[in-house]
Formats: sequence, C-alpha cells, structure tokens
Amino acid sequence: MKLRCAVLIAGCLFAGMAMAGDADQVAASRGWIRVMPGALPAGGYVVLENHGEHAVSLSSASSPAYAEVMLHKSSTDTGMGRMEDVSALPIPAHGKAALSPGGYHLMLMKAKAPVKVGDKVRVTLRFADGSTLDTQFEAKPANTIDGGDMAGMDHH
Amino acid sequence: MKPRHLVRSLLLLSMLLGALLLAGCQRGDELPWKLTNVTGHMPDLDFKLVDDHGKPVTGADYRGKVVLLYFGYTHCPDVCPLTLAQLHVVMQRLGPLADGARILFVSVDPARDTPDVMHAYVNAFDPRAVGLSGEPRALEALSKRYRSAYTREPDKADGQYEVSHSSAIYLFDRDGKARLLSTAADAQDDLVHDLHLLLDNGAKP
Repeated sequence: MKLRCAVLIAGCLFAGMAMAGDADQVAASRGWIRVMPGALPAGGYVVLENHGEHAVSLSSASSPAYAEVMLHKSSTDTGMGRMEDVSALPIPAHGKAALSPGGYHLMLMKAKAPVKVGDKVRVTLRFADGSTLDTQFEAKPANTIDGGDMAGMDHH
Repeated sequence: MKPRHLVRSLLLLSMLLGALLLAGCQRGDELPWKLTNVTGHMPDLDFKLVDDHGKPVTGADYRGKVVLLYFGYTHCPDVCPLTLAQLHVVMQRLGPLADGARILFVSVDPARDTPDVMHAYVNAFDPRAVGLSGEPRALEALSKRYRSAYTREPDKADGQYEVSHSSAIYLFDRDGKARLLSTAADAQDDLVHDLHLLLDNGAKP
C-alpha cells in the first residue's frame, strides 16, 4: 500500500514535470485578433517574453474558436507582399518576440462561430518541446493599426 | 562681345530662367513631394472593373477625386488589412479633405472576391474605400498598365491559397494623372503631406 502510494506520488510528480517546460518561462501579453467580415481568415498578434535562461521556440497555436490556426510570416521586402508558413519563431533567453502586423502572425481560419469585436478568444500556444501556454486574445475591429498597444494599456 | 553686352546677356538669361522656374511652380511640377514622383512616367487611371455594389466602372468614374490605388485580396489576413487600416488613419488625419479622395482596393483574387465579399471587406476599413473586382483579363490589363504584379501561389491541401502581390500604393490626381508612388518604407506623415498637396492643389479652380 505504501509502495503503491509512493508510485502514485512519483507518477504525479513526473506528470507535473512533464507538463512544465518552455511554456513556463514565457509570458504572453497584448494578444489580439483582427476581426474580418464573413468567414475571411483573421490575423492574430501577441507579444511573447522569455524570462528563462535558454532560448525557446514557438512552433504552433490552436484555438477552440477556429478550426485552423497557422503560424505565418509576411514580408514586403521586394515590393511584393508575400506570406510564408513558418515552423518556428525563436524567442531568445531574457528576450522578446512579437507577432505583429506586417511580420510574424497567426492566421486564424474557419471560425466555428462568428467572432465579434470585444470577444475574448482563447488561444493555446505550443512550444518546440511540446509544452503549451493558454492565452486570451481580444477581438478588435478590422481597421485597428496595432491593437496590442491598447490591450497593453488595459493591463497595466 | 563687349563687357556691357555680356552683362546685358547675363541679365536677360537670368530673367528668362527665373520666368521658367516660376512657370514650373505654377504648373505644379515643383511641388515639394515627399513620396516617389512618377508624374509623366505612368499612364492615366483607366480600367474596366466592377465596384462593390456590382456596378461596372471605369477610371473616368473617379475623375474629380484623388485616387489611392492598391492591389490586394480579401483572404490576405495580415498585410492587406494593415495597409487598409493605415490608409484609414491617413484619411482620418486629412479630416474633411478626405472626402475628395477615394481608396480603390483592387482584388488580385478574382476567383474568390465577388462584389459582395469586397463590399463587406472595404467597409470594415473606411467609408471612402471602394472594392473593385472583375474579369481576370481586365485585372491583368490594369496590373500591366501600372507594372504591378501578382502571382497565385500553389493550392494547399484544403484548397486554400495565397496570392503574392505588389504592395505599392499608386496616387492619382483629380484629373486621373498618375503622380506618386508610396511603398511600405514611406512614413505615414509623408503620405498625409503629399495628399494635402494633391487635394489642396486640385481644389483650386
């Protein structure tokens, strides 16, 4: 009986350790979604701060509100607006990485129900080691320039 | 040539130059543009497309308005909305003057962008934005006319696709003359500055 308890406790501890990971050293803030009319794909943006001693890497995201969420990067380098799939966004140790308009962003597709301005949408960020971070993104109007600034002001 | 003649010739020449410079200013050629001046290097605004009410329109329908022409598509989640949101702020900064300007958002995705989709899309950004769509051939003609480019990227597994496209904004005066080119690298202040020049200038009789 004692042994079984010990195994159970050890198991719990192990499970706790398995869940801990890169996500624990990352703080997400100013998350927002640009709400588009109809069923058009929306852009998602957030600021990620890595408080840890080692670099981490965002690898994907998901949301219960959208059937599909992709990590993308826009560029207009050559005068051509392009978009490419990205498999990882590195966040340096004690550093910051921003998903912001015109650069890295989430592409949120196929909303399960219409997302309205003002809604809080849950977005789960997944890191390269498999750990996850639950965040809330605020739905903002299509013609928002950088909703992050305002969301940031709300929190501070 | 005697010295007195030389002085007289020089005087005459400088007067002539001064007159030419003045004439230049009056024609508007010497306006202190901040964006890239393309006056005389690009053809007048002309196209045959359909507006977001489903009405056939041509470039001539927008004479009398300063036009900001921008190519994009509605399934573009990041750069197009950012550009249109920035143009909305520019229009707001112009105040009542903005009524003299129109944002023409031309779809490079004729397969998906119908007038209905375009209508909902442009109105989410600015009331002075017009969504233009049309036949692939008409779109190609407009794109070629302004040496703009777009490419439909290969379809993904679920049938979705992206379209890469020129990100420049073309500015036309009230007479439909191509005047300026604005790129992502230009400051918003510069765009507002030059639109003031275009709108003020056009307001004169």
